[in-house]
Amino acid sequence: MAVILSMIGIMAFSLSTVNNHPNVTGETTQKIKKDSIASVKAFEQVYKVLMSPRCMNCHPSGDIPLQGDDSHLHEMYPKRGHDGKGVFAMKCANCHQPNNTPGLHAPPGNPDWHLPPADMKMVFQSKTAHELAKQLVNPKQNGNKSMKQLLEHADDGLVLSGWNSGEGRSQPPMSHAAFKKAWETWINTGAYAPKSK
Amino acid sequence: MINLNINQKSYEVDADPDMPLLWAIRDLVGLTGTKYGCGVAQCGACVVHLNGEAVRSCVTKVSRAEGKKVVTIEGLSKNNDHPLQLAWNEVNVPQCGYCHSGQLMSAAVLLRENPNPTDEDIDNAMSGNICRCGTYPRIRKAIHLAAELHKKEGRTI
Repeated sequence: MAVILSMIGIMAFSLSTVNNHPNVTGETTQKIKKDSIASVKAFEQVYKVLMSPRCMNCHPSGDIPLQGDDSHLHEMYPKRGHDGKGVFAMKCANCHQPNNTPGLHAPPGNPDWHLPPADMKMVFQSKTAHELAKQLVNPKQNGNKSMKQLLEHADDGLVLSGWNSGEGRSQPPMSHAAFKKAWETWINTGAYAPKSK
Repeated sequence: MINLNINQKSYEVDADPDMPLLWAIRDLVGLTGTKYGCGVAQCGACVVHLNGEAVRSCVTKVSRAEGKKVVTIEGLSKNNDHPLQLAWNEVNVPQCGYCHSGQLMSAAVLLRENPNPTDEDIDNAMSGNICRCGTYPRIRKAIHLAAELHKKEGRTI
């Protein structure tokens, strides 16, 4: 069955089967072998991870992070702040230490704990797979990331901490290795978005 | 041994690097103004300043404080005359008082970063400091008063 796909942000892709994809800085980065079916299939896996509480809780639709496996509003209602690191006496690092604090549901830790900044909120919450895929490859919505930087983001320290989330929290629905493989497959086959429903 | 700078004094403490800073402050240094509340960063009773930020000392490892400046409630002002302390006294804010070291230390960061806060700013800054006596209206009133003392009398914040 034909799959109707939306070609997303990667406007520099040519129609050739294999090309070198220039990122936003003009730097040639990775080989793209376009395959819309494989790309969409890979994104299904990516989407499951990104919408898991470990990822989505820090990509809320509002300015208060989410918390727990049920993604409720973070207790104490800490606010995003302009840089994503909180406000006044309620900055993320005031409670979130460089490492996980021992104890059930004690604050998870990371040296770079933060939400996306106020001027680019990179919301995951409530996004469809189509919407999220489009957002992820748009530098104006993804933190100004080139495709190379997007690929590298799979190994970002804060992303990795989703699989080291402290006691009492579920893990994303697959291993980091499986996620990274799906992430790279999605991007390297053209970063197609699933059909809009 | 771990070297700490607390209220502009140097201390050398024999502590495991993973010891909570609160333990070192209270049990090893002997400054007991900072209180233990929940132990899991949920209540704010243990707030101290670490390089000017309002950290919760119950979950902050003492090793994180090494080489940084710690300020506790004892060091907020030299003569208990920080505008917040004067305002707290004027408004009679505390009831049981247990949470108020943390309340004051959080409020001090708010005023330093925003000397003329709105009610919303106060809520955003203070929402992590719990008071089981329910003194929140007086806390808000005193923070506004402290802002006025700073503005009218030039009291340092």
